[in-house]
Amino acid sequence: MSFLANIIAALIGDAASDRVVPSAGTSARLTIFASAAIAFLAVFALALSLAAGRVAERWSEDLARSSTIRIAAPMAEMEVQVAAVLSVLAQTPGVVSARELSMEEQRALLAPWFGADMPIEFLPLPRIIDVTGDAEGYDIEGLRLRLSAEAPNAILDDHGTWRSALISAAGRLRLMGYVALALIFGATVAMVTLAAQAALSANVQVIRVLRLVGARDAYIAGAFVRRFALRSLIGGGVGTVAGGIAILLFPNQASAQTVMVGLGFAGAEWLWLLIIPLLIAFVAFQATKAAAFRVLRGMP
Amino acid sequence: MRSIQGFRSQVFDAARLQQITASGIYAQRLPEQGFCVIELQDVSYGYGHGSDLILSQMSLRLAKGSFHFLTGPSGAGKTTFLKLCYGELRPNAGQVRLMGQDSATMARDDLALARQKIGVVYQDCQFLDHLDVAQNIALPLYVAGREITDAERRNLTQLVTWVDLRHRATALPPELSGGERQRAALARAIIRDPDVILADEPTGNVDWDMAMRQLRLLVELNRLGKAVLVATHDLAFIRAAKKQVAARVLRIVGGKLQLAGADL
Ligand SMILES: Nc1ncnc2c1ncn2[C@@H]1O[C@H](COP(=O)(O)OP(=O)(O)OP(=O)(O)O)[C@@H](O)[C@H]1O
Ligand SMILES: [Mg+2]
Repeated sequence: MSFLANIIAALIGDAASDRVVPSAGTSARLTIFASAAIAFLAVFALALSLAAGRVAERWSEDLARSSTIRIAAPMAEMEVQVAAVLSVLAQTPGVVSARELSMEEQRALLAPWFGADMPIEFLPLPRIIDVTGDAEGYDIEGLRLRLSAEAPNAILDDHGTWRSALISAAGRLRLMGYVALALIFGATVAMVTLAAQAALSANVQVIRVLRLVGARDAYIAGAFVRRFALRSLIGGGVGTVAGGIAILLFPNQASAQTVMVGLGFAGAEWLWLLIIPLLIAFVAFQATKAAAFRVLRGMP
Repeated sequence: MRSIQGFRSQVFDAARLQQITASGIYAQRLPEQGFCVIELQDVSYGYGHGSDLILSQMSLRLAKGSFHFLTGPSGAGKTTFLKLCYGELRPNAGQVRLMGQDSATMARDDLALARQKIGVVYQDCQFLDHLDVAQNIALPLYVAGREITDAERRNLTQLVTWVDLRHRATALPPELSGGERQRAALARAIIRDPDVILADEPTGNVDWDMAMRQLRLLVELNRLGKAVLVATHDLAFIRAAKKQVAARVLRIVGGKLQLAGADL
């Protein structure tokens, strides 16, 4: 955490060295604004990565051992076929449990689409049997063949296509989140470097005079570095808080139990948010320092 | 003449000067008297590559307690010479030693430290226009990178009074007259008790009385052991000085450094 110590030392600094470099109001405000925007975006990119990671994990765990049998038979044959399916399952090695979803569970599943009050009892709904396998799993293809013989209207869905597509989509989403984070911090470096360079070249004469009266490079660079790190920290803090609030208000939380996992932070993940403004300030600190020493090296 | 005498007794009192410049943190001294603070050896310089040399083969030792004048026609290279002396320029040939270190190879931080021991009155003053006069004078203290002590603050007040800028202390540099700027520049050059004072045309914009006040200040500082080098083409000023101090007069003629004749 030496960068933390660096930043703290840089922020405390001494008041006199802040005075010797004239402050430019517009560039200060722009740096704060840009840092806030960057932090806001970083919060979302981070939330996206974390949520995508959670989704992938959950799907690969939960869905790995489970499959669903859907029976859409004419009303008259329904009960017979359900019984046939259950008896096939009971004889299949590797199946731990097979359970028909109750009307209530079906209602809950359908609620997001039809609303909670829909009288689904009167709909020609298929019957659904939830199958859970053991760690070894069961022979999907064999089961499919037996079902087609004994209950022609039963369709076995092992979620395989679903699952691999979803997991790879989640993986890509997470990767995108990370790439977005990297780009956001790259943009921070670019933004701060440009702003610092503008400030430095606007103050070349000041820097020259400071050198002439015996200021060390670290002193001169410090006056600029402190400013930009502080502005970025303030902007980054504001942007992170705004981003955090936006995430809290994000509507996806409600459907978190269903397929989509909510875009948000869980528990200790919120601590990541503390790091965003510090990281932005650190990046600003290093970028300004590099820019300042580049300018100073050209001066006797 | 009376006014100068009056000013002297009131302001340029040697004991008081001693008290101001040698008090507190100013008390650090180089080990031996006569130590060469700046030394030029066969120094040649020309602006740009392959251009004609403005200064060639110049050697000079500025020992503590020495007093030099540097003259020469406008454009002869006096300012260039001084820039070599405080390391803003590096010689094309020969060597410049600042506090014993080669200016061409010394570390940047060492150059900064050496400059803290070299007080310069720049021909174009080099103020920071966003700081007021008092802050500009205090600049060498600010850049020490620590809070200014109470003793330093008192010295600052006295020095500002000394150069007769008390009433202008909160003015910004562009609001000063030419003479006021030069007095402020002189104050800044000595605020941090340097070992050597390099003054480039310090009297260019001031009247004779003020020039004499500045001269007395430089002479007193010289008596305190500081090396003084004044670049000027004001021969009357040099003559007046030679009545008060054993000064050597150097002249840049045709890019060479010569000792001026006894007429000066
Ligand atoms: N940065 C520079 N680049 C190129 N030539 C320069 C530069 N600075 C000064 N010169 C030239 O070098 C010569 C010496 O200049 P310098 O300023 O040292 O003269 P000076 O003796 O101080 O003159 P003055 O009495 O007018 O102040 C002049 O001909 C000047 O035009
Ligand atoms: Mg000159």
